[in-house]
Amino acid sequence: MIYWHIFLAFFIPGILGYGGGPASIPLVEHEVVGKYEWMTTQEFSEVVAIGNSLPGPIATKMAGYIGYTEAGILGSIVALFASVAPSLILMIFMMAILMKYKDEPEVKNLTMLIRPVIAILLLFMTIQFAQESVEGIGIGYTLLLMAVSYILLEKIKLHPAIVIALALLFGALTG
Amino acid sequence: MVERMIEKKTSDRPGRILHRDISLAFFRIGMLGFGGGPSSIPLVHKEVVKKYEWMTEDEFGDTLALANTLPGPIATKMAGYIGYRVAGVWGCLNALFASVFPTVLLMIVFLGLLQTYKDIPWVQHMSASVVPVVAVMLGVLTWDFIKKSGETLGWLRAIMMLVVSGVLIEALNIHPAIVILGCILIVFLPLLKRRKKV
Repeated sequence: MIYWHIFLAFFIPGILGYGGGPASIPLVEHEVVGKYEWMTTQEFSEVVAIGNSLPGPIATKMAGYIGYTEAGILGSIVALFASVAPSLILMIFMMAILMKYKDEPEVKNLTMLIRPVIAILLLFMTIQFAQESVEGIGIGYTLLLMAVSYILLEKIKLHPAIVIALALLFGALTG
Repeated sequence: MVERMIEKKTSDRPGRILHRDISLAFFRIGMLGFGGGPSSIPLVHKEVVKKYEWMTEDEFGDTLALANTLPGPIATKMAGYIGYRVAGVWGCLNALFASVFPTVLLMIVFLGLLQTYKDIPWVQHMSASVVPVVAVMLGVLTWDFIKKSGETLGWLRAIMMLVVSGVLIEALNIHPAIVILGCILIVFLPLLKRRKKV
């Protein structure tokens, strides 16, 4: 049963996440935190944070890790299979068909139309994380950390891994 | 014609060396691609087109365009498909394993360490300090998606889509999957109708 739930939790984001792995983060959160309650928002944010600072595809890092914490190595394999296999099989078998239709405006429109839906999901997640942070460390630290990390990430263009490392260091020193 | 050229190119390499090449290529792509799958596309291009010449520029462009129109993580779609093209089912599995396994292992080790010591107060404060940083990262990603939506759909339609999907998902509590499936239907119904006429 747990394996079936793990499969579903990663199959749905894998098959609906238009725009690559990062687009599936809010969909994964919806399943893992919202539906199955395997993790709290805080724990999920750690997964996203470490996932963002390590190299490699983000969707499979999350699937592999969450599957592992829920049901060991087999759980990890089930989660990876669910997030990778359906879209890959589609890719291989539909290549010929899509090649024929790839210039049809409808196919091009699809990604365009789904992008704002993903954007709104990401927005809700952003707000949820900000709220969670205010509850955890207070509004003062939250605003300070958000402002500093925004400047470091977007203005100074520091690598996300370095910003996460600095935040961890800051938390350890002030904790 | 192009198909045949590629087959010849790959058959020059004995199986074992070809599989070693696939492993190395996708291991490097996985370990050097910071920022998730989409940011590793240039690395895939470098290995597959420039270094090993498994595909021409045009074929790579077509593969990428198609991968973009299909759902799911982009890095594994590219790895699996390219592995399959170059060396069949085993090539596909090899490329997937090389791009996914090392980074999942890193994840488990790093988060495992954090979990083990999570009851110490300063470790708690440490992991709580990461939450606002993630909020900023998600905020930036949100803005990227909104900006791209405005550029491709036009701002009026983009804002309409944002508001409608926001109301559906948050106020009416409809599962995001249903909203996305709705979009897919809206896009493909006219195409199906047109096909029937022809």
